[in-house]
Amino acid sequence: MKVLTVIKRVEDPEIKVKIKGDGSGIETDQMKYVVNPFDEIAVEEALRVRDAHSGELIVACVGPKDATQQIRTALAMGANRGVHVVADKNLDPHNEVKALQKVVEKESPDLIILGKQSVDDDLGQVGALLAQQLGWSQISFTSKEESLEGPEEKGKQTALSIADGSLQALREVDGGVEVLKAKLPAVVTTELRLNVPRYASLPGIMKAKKKPIEELAAKDLLGDTSSIIKVIGMEAPPSRAAGIKVENIGELVEKLKNEAKVI
Amino acid sequence: MSNVLIFVEHAEGEVKKSSLAAVTFGQELAKVKGGELHLALIGSNLGEVVDQARKYGAAKVHTFDNACFENYQAESYTQALVAGAKASSATMVAGATTSSTKDLMPRVAGELEAAMASDVMAVVGANQFKRPMWAGDVIATVELATDTHIATVRATEFDDPAEGGESPVEAHDLNVDLSSLKTEFISIKQVKSERPDATSADVVVAGGRGLKAQENFKLIEDLADCLNGGVGASRAICDAGWVPNDLQIGQTGKVVAPNLYFAIGISGAIQHLAGMKGSKVIVAINKDPDAPIFQVSDYGLVADLFDVVPELISSLK
Ligand SMILES: Cc1cc2nc3c(=O)[nH]c(=O)nc-3n(C[C@H](O)[C@H](O)[C@H](O)COP(=O)(O)OP(=O)(O)OC[C@H]3O[C@@H](n4cnc5c(N)ncnc54)[C@H](O)[C@@H]3O)c2cc1C
Ligand SMILES: Nc1ncnc2c1ncn2[C@@H]1O[C@H](COP(=O)(O)O)[C@@H](O)[C@H]1O
Repeated sequence: MKVLTVIKRVEDPEIKVKIKGDGSGIETDQMKYVVNPFDEIAVEEALRVRDAHSGELIVACVGPKDATQQIRTALAMGANRGVHVVADKNLDPHNEVKALQKVVEKESPDLIILGKQSVDDDLGQVGALLAQQLGWSQISFTSKEESLEGPEEKGKQTALSIADGSLQALREVDGGVEVLKAKLPAVVTTELRLNVPRYASLPGIMKAKKKPIEELAAKDLLGDTSSIIKVIGMEAPPSRAAGIKVENIGELVEKLKNEAKVI
Repeated sequence: MSNVLIFVEHAEGEVKKSSLAAVTFGQELAKVKGGELHLALIGSNLGEVVDQARKYGAAKVHTFDNACFENYQAESYTQALVAGAKASSATMVAGATTSSTKDLMPRVAGELEAAMASDVMAVVGANQFKRPMWAGDVIATVELATDTHIATVRATEFDDPAEGGESPVEAHDLNVDLSSLKTEFISIKQVKSERPDATSADVVVAGGRGLKAQENFKLIEDLADCLNGGVGASRAICDAGWVPNDLQIGQTGKVVAPNLYFAIGISGAIQHLAGMKGSKVIVAINKDPDAPIFQVSDYGLVADLFDVVPELISSLK
């Protein structure tokens, strides 16, 4: 079983981003970068699949040179090797998918696991677009019903059941959960409630230093990488003025009835 | 022609409230583009939904009514929407942001070689839209640089559509052979709830980790029931498995904007705020006076929720 996960380097979601004065982008001075949280979940699930079915896990990333650090993180978690498509700017989903298709052509994985959304652009497009462009089956927002704090999670079993060339998984939909069965090769995207990603162990980090990362240049793979989704301005959201503190329930109910008039 | 096609979702014989907001987006954009508004309904035994969809003055309501569309499936619904886009000469295909459109619209974008704007909050121009990035810390204006465009639309940002002349219906007889698809639908398990859905309720009561244990979510439900409201949750308690994930509100869950939102035992992480800060009135109950939730709340009560929520419930009964 050959598994490919794709990870993106994003600003640490714990940090509130600031918009540059001219609205052309965000301040990047002293910014801390991490693996997109959904993609960490994708790497974790991919490790479980690889370990259950034996084989190889390749981690691909399209991003700036510095994204090597995020690839190393995934390698330290246990992925076998990396493929880094180096681009000097963030690509739009259309170009990302084109780049990933080249990686897929070369590696022919049986399964690709991606995050459902990157927390910087919040687009949520790459997974489904990649499946469509490859003509592969697609299961978005895979999840599990069991608690992530329960005993099942400790066993680190994959939630994706794979047998006889198909993959069956639970996925979240508005108002419930659904089960789909996909022919391999398949594209899967991850929800938050799929697993708790492992930390890289110290030996893992040491080993990761020696694992190979193949570097490709986006401009060689794609030629023109101009974006079809152009960000032409950024502004802060309307701010909400902090309100007042009430002393007790009596005062709260009174305010809601007579001042806000919402109950 | 620069027409707009809106994918209208429905459940139990009714157009979904979120799709009505998408219709409003469609009306607005059609005006800006100088084109017609078309609607697409996909399902099996559509029945009365069709009449409901005809009320909004669309140039046409396209129906794809066939047993093969009984269950939503990305591949079959993509075929229907692509056919609908062609039949309506649409240069924009959009729908409300839902679990279906998030799964479906990037595929439609791929088929139509279109650029897509996710979770649109406002129409700026014929090919320019406002949308959130970084959990809503940034509102970006994006320009889609392709001939055809795709969008998902944030329902809380658009009102109900104006009614208009009764639309004619064009029934398309597309039949997709489900056995030819790469992905097979096995089953769906719906979370049954007597309460209104958080995305359409006037009042939403949400609980977080401060509830301490699964059984205490009953406090949230009881309070919601007093106010005929819906319930919601922070990620922390969805991950813990106390409540179904469907209740998660935030950047990566649902976005809600009720008249009244209660955040109880929720710290107010930015990812949670992203899903509720558009609410009209926010009430926060938290025992930590420095909890970030108080920075967005209109009425904050620093207290132990186990002391005050039962009191609130009895004073509302
Ligand atoms: C990629 C990503 C996506 C995310 N998406 C979402 C999302 O969509 N939605 C979301 O909600 N989160 C999301 N999160 C998680 C988010 O960052 C927070 O971790 C989460 O919202 C915290 O949940 P909480 O407020 O219930 O828990 P905590 O942060 O643990 O807060 C519990 C609060 O309860 C209070 N409390 C404790 N006991 C009492 C008591 N007896 N009475 C009153 N108050 C009490 C405490 O003071 C505290 O403020 C996301 C995170 C990441 C990284
Ligand atoms: N530049 C990138 N490199 C690798 N994977 C990416 C990249 N951008 C997006 N992805 C993957 O696609 C998912 C969805 O991203 P998006 O469509 O940008 O929200 C992410 O969770 C990643 O798994």
